[in-house]
Amino acid sequence: METTNNTISFNRRSFIKTVGLSTGGLMIGFTLFEACKPDSKVLLDLETLNYKDFNAFIKIADNGMVTIYSKNPEIGQGVKTSMPMLIAEELDVPWEHVLVKQADLDTTKYKGQVAGGSQSIRSSWMPLRQTGATARQMLINAAAIKWGVDPSECYTEEGIIKNSRNEKLSYGAVVSEAALLEVPENVKLKDPKDFKIIGKDIKNVDIDKIISGKPLFGLDYKVEGMVYAVSLRPPAFGQKLVSFDDTEARNVNGVTDVFQFGDKVAVLATNTWAAINGKKALIAEWSSDEKLMSTEEHDLELTNLFDSDKLKAVRSDGNIDRAKNSADKVIEYTYEAPFLPHSCMEPMNFFAHVTDAKVELAGPIQTPEGTARQVAGLLKRDIETVHLALTRIGGGFGRRLIGDYAVEAAEISNISKKPVKLVYTREDDMAGGFYRPIVKYKISAAIKNSKLVGYHLKETAVGSSINKSRASYFPAGCIDNYKVEAAQLPSEITTGPWRAPVCNFLATAEQTFIDEIAEELNQDPVKLRLELLEKAKKNKADLEWSPERMIGVIKLAAEKANWGKSKEGVYQGFSVYYSHNSYVAEVAEVVLKDNKPVVTKVYCAVDCGIVVNPLGAKNQIEGGIIDGIGHAMYGEMRFLKGKPQSLNYDSYRLIRMMETPLVETYFVDSNEDPTGLGEPSLPPVGAAISNAIKAATGQRYRIQPYLKYMEEVIEVVS
Amino acid sequence: MPTYNLNVNKKNHTVEADENMPLLWVLRDLLDLVGTKFGCGIGQCGACTIHLDGVASRSCLMPISSVGDAKITTIEGLSEDNSHPVQKAWKEVDVPQCGYCQAGQIMTASAFLEDNPSPSKEEVRSAMHGNICRCSAYNRIEEAVNLAAKM
Ligand code: FES
Ligand code: FES
Repeated sequence: METTNNTISFNRRSFIKTVGLSTGGLMIGFTLFEACKPDSKVLLDLETLNYKDFNAFIKIADNGMVTIYSKNPEIGQGVKTSMPMLIAEELDVPWEHVLVKQADLDTTKYKGQVAGGSQSIRSSWMPLRQTGATARQMLINAAAIKWGVDPSECYTEEGIIKNSRNEKLSYGAVVSEAALLEVPENVKLKDPKDFKIIGKDIKNVDIDKIISGKPLFGLDYKVEGMVYAVSLRPPAFGQKLVSFDDTEARNVNGVTDVFQFGDKVAVLATNTWAAINGKKALIAEWSSDEKLMSTEEHDLELTNLFDSDKLKAVRSDGNIDRAKNSADKVIEYTYEAPFLPHSCMEPMNFFAHVTDAKVELAGPIQTPEGTARQVAGLLKRDIETVHLALTRIGGGFGRRLIGDYAVEAAEISNISKKPVKLVYTREDDMAGGFYRPIVKYKISAAIKNSKLVGYHLKETAVGSSINKSRASYFPAGCIDNYKVEAAQLPSEITTGPWRAPVCNFLATAEQTFIDEIAEELNQDPVKLRLELLEKAKKNKADLEWSPERMIGVIKLAAEKANWGKSKEGVYQGFSVYYSHNSYVAEVAEVVLKDNKPVVTKVYCAVDCGIVVNPLGAKNQIEGGIIDGIGHAMYGEMRFLKGKPQSLNYDSYRLIRMMETPLVETYFVDSNEDPTGLGEPSLPPVGAAISNAIKAATGQRYRIQPYLKYMEEVIEVVS
Repeated sequence: MPTYNLNVNKKNHTVEADENMPLLWVLRDLLDLVGTKFGCGIGQCGACTIHLDGVASRSCLMPISSVGDAKITTIEGLSEDNSHPVQKAWKEVDVPQCGYCQAGQIMTASAFLEDNPSPSKEEVRSAMHGNICRCSAYNRIEEAVNLAAKM
C-alpha cells in the first residue's frame, strides 16, 4: 500500500515480513496485526516475537477483544479516540470491543508520529482505514480457507465472519491463521453511508482514567530510584551564567546534587519540592542585560520596519501601486498583537534515564521522533538505542513541538547517571517559552467607484512570517490588485508555533479590516464577504481553498445566528477563515453590562469534511473559540531587557468560567475527506468579537489584548 | 525531618517530610497519589484541589504541618468506581480535552454541590471560576456540574 501523504506507506514486502523464530526455525509471515491470546502456547510465542519489524496497529484476542494502537501524541485534540475509530470502522468490530493503547515512538512501525498543524486526522484518513480494511480481508480469507469457500461468499458483521451457508467464525478464532496469509492489495473501503463508528459520538477513550485520577500524564510518570530535577535558567533571553554559589542549595533537605550544564544549573532532589527550594537557594550571577530589548523597543522597531527595505513581497497579483494611485480613497489601519506564552496546564517536564546501553525517555511531546533524534545527536548515540514512551499530554498548543525540555532532561540524566524527572515550575514554564511572536499588520485598501480594487498587507514580526501559502488565503484571489509583504525583526527571545501559527492573529487583522472596508462602503459585512468570494469563483482563481466551501459556512453561520436580526441590546460581529484545510465562520454576540462589552455567545459553522467524532469535534471547536477570546481579551507577555514580565497566573490572565460565552456549533453536511479541528476555530474569533464590540460600543479595537485598551477608554468615559 | 500521620482517602499514612512541604507534593511524590495535579503552585489555577474535611482546598498552598488530623480526600478517593455523581456527569458530558485540569475541576464541583445541592446557573459559574481549564472546556464543565446537581 502506497499513499501519497506518507503517513504510512507499507508495500507488500514490508507488510509480509517473514521472520525466523529462534526456536527451531519456524517461519512466520506476520503483518500488521498481532494475535494476543495469553493462555495459548502458539500465541505466547507470538508475543515474544520482535515486533519492531512490523506495522503493528492491531491486536486481536481469542475472545474478540481488539487492541488498537494510537500512534500520534494526544494533547487534548482527541486523536487517541478518533484515529482508532478509523481502524475499528473498517475492521468492522463493535467499538465496545476496542481497547486503545498509546503507541510508543517507533519509526520502524509508524510514520508521522506528530501532533501539529491539525493534520493527524487528515493524513490518517485513508491509511488507517486501509489498515483496518486489509486486516478484515485477511481474517475473511482465513475463514474462507477453513470453510473451503471462496472469500467472496463471506462477509463480516461486528467482529464475526459469516458465509452464505450460515457458518460463523469470530475474528479471534482465525487470527493466527490470518496473520500468515498474503496481504491482499486494493481492498475495498466502506461506503461512507455504511459507517457505524465514524460519525458517531464516541467518548474520550481515557475518560475513566481521567475522572479517577489515574497516572496518565508525563508529570505522573515514575520509576524506582528516580530523582527530581529543577533547573535554574538565565532570567533574560540572551543572558549568560557568569558564576553561582550553591552552598545554601546543598543544605536544603532532600537535595542530592547541584551542577552546572551550559548556562543552567540543575538541582537534583528526592522530591519536587526540595528541588524547587534548592533552586530558590542558588545565588547566581548573570552577564549584563544592558543591551537586551524591552517590549517598547520591539514595538518601535516593528513599526519602523513597515517603511524599511527589509519588506519582501510574498505574493503579488495585479499592480497594487497603480490601484492605490488611481483610487478614489485609500484606507489604512494597523493591527497589533503581543507575545503570548502557551501556558499548557501541565508544565513542561520529561523523564530521562541515560545509561551506557540505552536512553529511556518518557513524557509529553508533540514531536517524539525529532526529539529522540535530537537527544541521540546530543549524546552521540545510535537512534536505535533511544526509546521514547508517549504519555498523555496536558495541553500542547504548539509549545511541545519543541523538545528543549526533553533534551535538557537527557543532559541532566547523562551527567548525573540517574533516572531523572525534570520538572518546570509554572514560572520556569512561562519564562522558558517559545512565544507566539509579537506581530503587526498594516493593511490598506484601494476603493474606486465604491468597489474594493486593491488590497495591500504588510507584516512585521519577531521570528515568524506569513508564508506563500498563508498569503494566499482569503481574500487572495478575490481582489485584482493584491499584495502581501513581510519583514522580520531578529530577537534573542525564542518564538515558535502557537495554536494556529500566524493565522491566530492574521485572521483577526484581516477579518477586522474587511469589516472596516464594509463600513467605508456602507455595506453589510456578510454581503461584502460573499461578493468577494463570488469574484474568486468567477476568476477561477488558483487557490488551495474553495470559495464555495467558504460561502457555505458563511451562509450557515449567518442563518443560525439570525444575522442582522439580533435581539434588542445584542450586538453581532462576523468573521470567517480558512486554515488547516478547514473552513470556519463565526458570529459573536456582545451585550453591554455596566457599559462594558461582554461576549455572551458565539455561533460557529464549520466545514471540516466528514466529522469523524462529532462529540470530540465540538469540544475542539468550543475550546478553540474560548481560548481565542481569552487570549484576544487578556493575553500579553511583555519583556523588560529580555526578561519575561509575567511568570504565573496572578500576573498572566487566562479566561475563566465567568467570562466564557456559550458556543453553538454547526457542521456542514459533507462527504469530503475529513480535515483537522485542533486549530481552525481559533483564528476567526478575534475579529468576530472585535467586530461585535464595535457594533456595541462604536469603538474599534485594533490592538490586543483588547481589555487593556478598553479599560483605558472606559476610564475616560466614566 | 518530622513525621506526620495523614488520613488520606480513609487510609492512614505516616510520612516524613519537611514541615513546609505543601500537601500537593506529599501526595504526589511521597504517597504516589498523582491524581492531584500541579498547575501553578500559588493557588491560582485549582489543579491541585482536594477536600480537607469535605472543604475544597488548594493543596499547593497547604504545608503538611497545617493538616493536623483533618481527613483528606483526593480524586482517587472520591469513589471506588467512578460512581460519584460528578464523575458520572463528567463522563456523560465527555468533558475533558487534555484532561489535566479535570481532577481539580471535579474536586471543586463535588465539594460545591455537597454544600449547595441545587445551585442556580450563576452560582455554578461562580463556584467554578477559580479553576482554570487551559483547553477551555468550560461549556462542558458547566453543563456537567448542572447535570450532576440533578443526579
Ligand atoms: S497548583 Fe494549586 S492552585 Fe494551581
Ligand atoms: S482539559 Fe486541558 S486544561 Fe482542562
